[in-house]
Amino acid sequence: MATMTRTQSTTSRWKSSLLLRRMWRARYLYLFILPTLVYFFIFSYIPYYGLSIAFKDFKIFWGIGRSPWVGFKYFQEFFNSPDFTRLLRNTLLISVMRIIFGFPVPVIFALLLNEVRHMWYKRSIQTITYFPHFLSWVVYAGIMLVFIAPTGIVNQITTAAGGQKIPILTNGTYFLPMLILTDIMKGFGFGAIIYLAALAGIDPQLYEAAVVDGANKWQQVRHVTIPGIRSTIVVMLILSLGGLMNAGFDQIFQFYNASVQESADIIDTFVYRIGLQSSQFSLGTAVGMFKGIIGLILIVTANSIVRRTGEYSIW
Amino acid sequence: METTQPTVTTKSAPRQRGEGTKRVEAWTQNRLMRNPWWAEIIIYGMLLVAGAITLLPIWIVFVRSFSPTHIIAQYPLLVYPRQLTLEAYKYIFQTPTLLRSFWTTVFITVVGTTLNMLMTIMAAYGLSKTEIPGNKLIMGFIVFAMLFGAGIVPTYIVVNKLGLIDKLWALILPSAVSPFNLILMRNYFWSVPADIEDSAHIDGASDWTVLWRIVAPLSMPAISTIGLFYAVGHWNTFFSALFYINDNSKWPLQLLLRSIIIETNFQGMGTTTGEVRQRFINPENIKAATIVFATVPILMVYPFLQKYFVQGVKMGAIKG
Repeated sequence: MATMTRTQSTTSRWKSSLLLRRMWRARYLYLFILPTLVYFFIFSYIPYYGLSIAFKDFKIFWGIGRSPWVGFKYFQEFFNSPDFTRLLRNTLLISVMRIIFGFPVPVIFALLLNEVRHMWYKRSIQTITYFPHFLSWVVYAGIMLVFIAPTGIVNQITTAAGGQKIPILTNGTYFLPMLILTDIMKGFGFGAIIYLAALAGIDPQLYEAAVVDGANKWQQVRHVTIPGIRSTIVVMLILSLGGLMNAGFDQIFQFYNASVQESADIIDTFVYRIGLQSSQFSLGTAVGMFKGIIGLILIVTANSIVRRTGEYSIW
Repeated sequence: METTQPTVTTKSAPRQRGEGTKRVEAWTQNRLMRNPWWAEIIIYGMLLVAGAITLLPIWIVFVRSFSPTHIIAQYPLLVYPRQLTLEAYKYIFQTPTLLRSFWTTVFITVVGTTLNMLMTIMAAYGLSKTEIPGNKLIMGFIVFAMLFGAGIVPTYIVVNKLGLIDKLWALILPSAVSPFNLILMRNYFWSVPADIEDSAHIDGASDWTVLWRIVAPLSMPAISTIGLFYAVGHWNTFFSALFYINDNSKWPLQLLLRSIIIETNFQGMGTTTGEVRQRFINPENIKAATIVFATVPILMVYPFLQKYFVQGVKMGAIKG
């Protein structure tokens, strides 16, 4: 309906076959887009030129243009260093652990909420569990540290009970599960929204039909509810695989300390440390570029798979 | 989103609307709604645990912020206040830095979000007209920027070259438009009926007038949602400040919060941890008060945040 009238009327404005005339008619619209184009040009495309310093011995004093080319020197240096395997392993391991342990939580949570028939109960739980999503990782990590810091509540309790202090922040064996767990705690409520939307979209007649066929509650969940959100689950899973190179910089940065470098140093923390803190601009750029390219390949692949599974696409 | 047709439907007989349907429906409704009592208990119980796990840590920090030092030391897991004191709050409001950072963040949130919205709405409106020549090219240009970032070092070099280091504009300009929000806004504009716009054009209204007088007022749900997306982003801005702002008198709130509540460093507040101890205030107490100070503004706008963010997630999910 709306789309019909739209095509009809818009053709009157845009029907001229002369390209220049159509462009002239759109001159104000181009003007609307222009500031945004300038923004992307300056803050996304000029930095692409800056990527050339990954192949140069960049010295601030010389600038990008006059720094000498060194080819793949910094890439080789990175790939041959022990940093490379450590960073790639940690980045992928943390991401995969987040998917394995974190991904199902909002799905299960949404399924549980969907069974609640007392609206006030459902609303209260939603209101409480969505909240931490809006806090920054600085604040949320601050709240968690009250518990897990060396002298925090957890250790006060363990020592009071005669036990030993648990080195949660300084030992990788505890640090990684802590990352996964705090991330789940902060995000599971909000992450459930998309599944709740999908659940709300299931046709109630399907349930009625299932009951007519004698399906019990569990069979209804199994044959109506789960299939109803399966496509959403698949899409979200593929998209999270597309983000595999992002292990959660904003979270890890807040908890990170040198004693967990072996297990929690990821590509992003490394690029920040090397590229900005130690001013090794060329190496930092090379490592960042490596991450960017792999990330691009992953997300484009993920999107094309998602596109093939349905009419869903991120762009 | 596609609706999946489960296999169970195949067996069901064609439904007949007629006498008695209402009664049957009521009966089925009842059957659908009810879980066995033990399942109800498990479901409601698990949700209660989920709520408690989320709420308790925040609550405990809240209670701590009002509790005197010796009480905190005595009862690590303090769930209700045994004794009230405002010492920590007195202290944090005495220091000039916390409020200064607060206002810095208010400034970048207001100015930044205004700029974000102006640019996003205008560009999204232009790009929603798929008929204009070059539309696909421009979208491609923007989407590529979204998918492949040059990384923090090249971006830093650009910000540095522009002379933005230690300027508050460094927290606003490099994030002037989010491609994600731009696409969301553009998709929403598609749902505005074109005939309204067209009749305005026939009456001689310019694109500018049509956008601000007709399309924007009709798109308020999306505008509110995206505005809040941007505003929360600015409020929580951390990394751009970490990268670009060295002068701690210009720190936005999140950066100061990090130094206080994560690094237990009170120098940003004009004192040292030792001085704090001398005044018999527990650093833990101050940290808790600071956390509460940072959380209250979010809590105050939370009803809006919840409503519009939920809406935003659904908007993105229907067709991204």
